[in-house]
Amino acid sequence: MTDFDPALRTALAKRQLLRGGLSLGALTFLTGCDVSDNEAVQRALHAISRWNDRVQAALFNPNRLAPEFDDRLAHYPFRYNAWYPEEKSPKLDVSTYRLALGGKIANKTPWTVEELHDLPQVTQITRHVCVEGWSMIGMWSGTPLRTFLERVGADTSRRYVGFECADGYYESLDMPSALHPQTLMAFQLANRPLPPRHGFPFKIRVATKLGFKNPKWITAIYVTDRNPSGFWPDRGYNWFSGS
Amino acid sequence: MSVTVHEQHHPWPLRIAHWTQALAILIMIGSGWRIYNSVPIFPFRFPETFTLGGTIKHTLSHSNDPGVANAIAWHFAGMWLLGAAFLLYLLYGLLSGHFRRDLLPVGPKSFVRDFVAAATFRLPHTLGVYNAVQRAFYWGVVLSVTMMIASGLAIWKPVQFGWLTALFGGFQGARLVHFLFMSALVGFLVVHLALVALVPKTLVSMITGHVRETMQAPAE
Repeated sequence: MTDFDPALRTALAKRQLLRGGLSLGALTFLTGCDVSDNEAVQRALHAISRWNDRVQAALFNPNRLAPEFDDRLAHYPFRYNAWYPEEKSPKLDVSTYRLALGGKIANKTPWTVEELHDLPQVTQITRHVCVEGWSMIGMWSGTPLRTFLERVGADTSRRYVGFECADGYYESLDMPSALHPQTLMAFQLANRPLPPRHGFPFKIRVATKLGFKNPKWITAIYVTDRNPSGFWPDRGYNWFSGS
Repeated sequence: MSVTVHEQHHPWPLRIAHWTQALAILIMIGSGWRIYNSVPIFPFRFPETFTLGGTIKHTLSHSNDPGVANAIAWHFAGMWLLGAAFLLYLLYGLLSGHFRRDLLPVGPKSFVRDFVAAATFRLPHTLGVYNAVQRAFYWGVVLSVTMMIASGLAIWKPVQFGWLTALFGGFQGARLVHFLFMSALVGFLVVHLALVALVPKTLVSMITGHVRETMQAPAE
């Protein structure tokens, strides 16, 4: 998910899965046959990825905590990561910002930054793992998503929690991961207000998922039974992507 | 003139396990190299031709992604194939007596003796009999695949299998171990293919299951 030309993004169709020339690389090289754009291969890989979602959901233990680290190991500044350069990241205005709520939530009154900051907070020092292989330990403080969902009367018997972001990004969590004690609405990084480039006013910090399952600049949270998928899962990445 | 006949048998479960593992390992290496290329551990990248994940230009224009999504999809599909084939191989090797009969014993003395002989081109190849160097190599492959699976699980699930990740010295330690045993497997593959090229009859037996060779020795 390194920085690629943002103009390319506009050309993207949603729900685009595993498209993009599955030229079989090494296998092609050895056998001389080309399975690029083979629809059957793409369908098979997609089916296996859905199977892997189910395996991961079964492996997920809602009580198992991600390892926590000593605060001296927490990085600040933290690595910036998106498909566009840092200076293009959204800068949300505290006075006009409102968090919208939707779906199976009883009280859908929008929240201001001030109201969000009044919520009870906890701190965690955990490892952020990127799907590409780099990782970084950070200190995040915020409200457990579970606390927030209970406060707004979300129906936690539903299957998914979806997120929409100010930069057009979108993501979703299975309900057990959303209710995990280390899944936070993170308002702070290393005891400082979350910097704009990391998702001000808050990001969803999910210690049990890969980095791209941690959306930033959240503008809407909704509860649903229909899998909302996500920006990168719609580009071929595994949706569950649990750690 | 006396005639000696050497035979090599590869029963079908062994052949299935061999070729399925061969395919799975190629998928895992090809896709693993593409994943590695996105954030290399060392200051080099693998040539795109030898990686699995699609033409980078194509995937970038389609999904704003350099084929890493494809590579990961391959990797997490290939892992099931590798796991199943490796399990079949281990079960067959243990239950049929193949490990005990053909791959043991392999002591340091016989290894040094056969290694010196092989290095000086004085080690004869006898169909159906594995010398100590071959035996050690095959155990090395069993160890390497085991370590690849263990370190792979530690990278995939550093929370659910946190104890395993800790054994490898953390997430980045597990990545490094995964890379090192991949290198060992690639090294084995190179030697393995070179030796098959030298003794092509072994390839025949791994396909058909049986090959024999008649050697004419001078009369005593």
